[in-house]
Amino acid sequence: MCTFAADLENNKSPIMQKIVRFLLVLALITPVAAFASGGHGDDHGEKKEKTKEEKRAENKEYVKHHTNDSHDFGLFTIEGEKGEEDSHVGFPLPVILWEDGLHIFMSSKFHHGHEVVESNGKYFVLDYHDGKIYNADEHGNILKKEVDGEEVKLAPLDFSITKNVLVTILMAVLLFFLFRGIAKSYKTGLAPTGAAKFFEPIIVFIRDEIAIPNIGEGSHKKYMPYLLTVFFFIWFLNLAGMTPLGINVTGNIAVTCALAIMTFVITNATAKKNYWLHIFWMPGVPIPMKILLMPIEIIGVFVKPFALMIRLYANMLAGHIVLGSLIAVVFFFDAFLAKTAFVGLTFFLNIIELLVALLQAYIFTMLTALYFGAAAEEAHH
Amino acid sequence: MDKLLDQFSIGLFFWQTVLFLALLFLLRKFAWKPILNSVNEREQKISDSLELAEKTKAEMESLKASNENLLKEARAERDAMIKDAKETASKMINDAKDKAKEEGNKMLAAAQDSINAEKAAAIAELKTQVAAFSIEIAEKVVRGELSSADKQKALADKLAEDINMN
Amino acid sequence: MGESVELIAGAIKLIGAGLVVIGAGVGIGRIGGSAMEAIARQPEATNKIQTAMLIAAALIEGIGFAALFAVA
Repeated sequence: MCTFAADLENNKSPIMQKIVRFLLVLALITPVAAFASGGHGDDHGEKKEKTKEEKRAENKEYVKHHTNDSHDFGLFTIEGEKGEEDSHVGFPLPVILWEDGLHIFMSSKFHHGHEVVESNGKYFVLDYHDGKIYNADEHGNILKKEVDGEEVKLAPLDFSITKNVLVTILMAVLLFFLFRGIAKSYKTGLAPTGAAKFFEPIIVFIRDEIAIPNIGEGSHKKYMPYLLTVFFFIWFLNLAGMTPLGINVTGNIAVTCALAIMTFVITNATAKKNYWLHIFWMPGVPIPMKILLMPIEIIGVFVKPFALMIRLYANMLAGHIVLGSLIAVVFFFDAFLAKTAFVGLTFFLNIIELLVALLQAYIFTMLTALYFGAAAEEAHH
Repeated sequence: MDKLLDQFSIGLFFWQTVLFLALLFLLRKFAWKPILNSVNEREQKISDSLELAEKTKAEMESLKASNENLLKEARAERDAMIKDAKETASKMINDAKDKAKEEGNKMLAAAQDSINAEKAAAIAELKTQVAAFSIEIAEKVVRGELSSADKQKALADKLAEDINMN
Repeated sequence: MGESVELIAGAIKLIGAGLVVIGAGVGIGRIGGSAMEAIARQPEATNKIQTAMLIAAALIEGIGFAALFAVA
């Protein structure tokens, strides 16, 4: 295909050349095409200090690094000259570990995974690749344990204020003051003013389009605070992930797991008799069906929050990976047109991601309301 | 699945749960309740106002209707009063007329009576006068007749002739 | 020998996951298309249709994720 395009480029007018180049770039969007061109494009790569393979590995590292949690808040990295180390610009975050006692120190002590930290007679190292802290001896060798014939790295219980935790704290504070301010603004008059003008329709939407149709008028009231909090919490964290700081809170399985477990607990703790009846003894079906449905329904109780957890996690992580990869691709290519095209594509996907950020918050809230509705339903047969 | 479990960070899970629950309780107390209350209050107010407007409209309608009724009644009353007054007036006039006529008649009758009486009296007097005159005249005539023997004899003859003739 | 069997098993797993994802994609597409038609036919029921559409799509999506994470 490349040779064919090259022939075309030699023969046709400049405008045609541009079109062909553009089509080529479009073809390269597919990973397979990108892979193929990477393999053949050595004639350019050899002149550079880094080969395409190295660059690709670097980009992969970059994407992975930006979707993972980390112990320091990196703003950007300045690439080091030949032989020098890259310098990272950012600020350290506190590390809180539990290993036969509490260990608290700043993550800057690790020097980005290059040094062993001693705290209260214990030694810890930071693996910069997976961002985790492991137990080590004083020379920095990670302690390992044999489990079922496999070596498992020993790690302390890590309750550090990581980047994700810090962002969550900031967003929680922002949400609190924002909605506290809106609540206060109603004291001066009943008409919405300022931020309330924007957020009130959303609050009313959650009440009228999510809570009331799914839970039912009246019993929706006790679920409203949770639905509103979870919606704005997810939405704001998703939006925080759209900033160029490499934040990925909602694309983190522990975060979505915490949210899904809360939905699960609230659903089952507030469930009425009718809910359990539908699980253990489905009304209106013959007895063999009742017995058949029981295990399915019991599995369903756990599958619902699990799907909730996976859906948000996978959507946000996938969005970050795709965007990160596209940004990496911008630096991967040398041709100006290819760069421009990928910048445009990234911009387009960014807008889609903005929509997804809202949509996923909506779907999470919507499905949560649906489960609450099943729990709060009274028998009406 | 293994990767998923490998990525799971207990610390992050812990902080997330703590932060979310804290946010939930704080927002519920300080934001959602006042906001939802205000929104509900406003909606209540709007629906109340609409209801009130509807009610006022209906009231106005009924007021208008009753006003009209009142007006009609008043008009009818006025008409009745006018009619009444007219009747009374005409009756009074008629009465007065009748009375006047009666009085007139009475007076006329009285006048007639008195005229008749006067007439009768006058006639009666005339009669007596005439009688008196007649007698006087007769006396004088008789005296003349009976003034000489001849004349007496002639009279007697004549009378006798009259009787004979009968 | 063992290595190639493992490779083939991995490939089959991936193909299976791909099939599930294709199925999920087709399913979500059909739901979206039907919802569009339904909305065109009854624009006044847009909200209800959208809700039902999102719920159905979310359930199918769950199956897709299950397949993806089974091989990942």
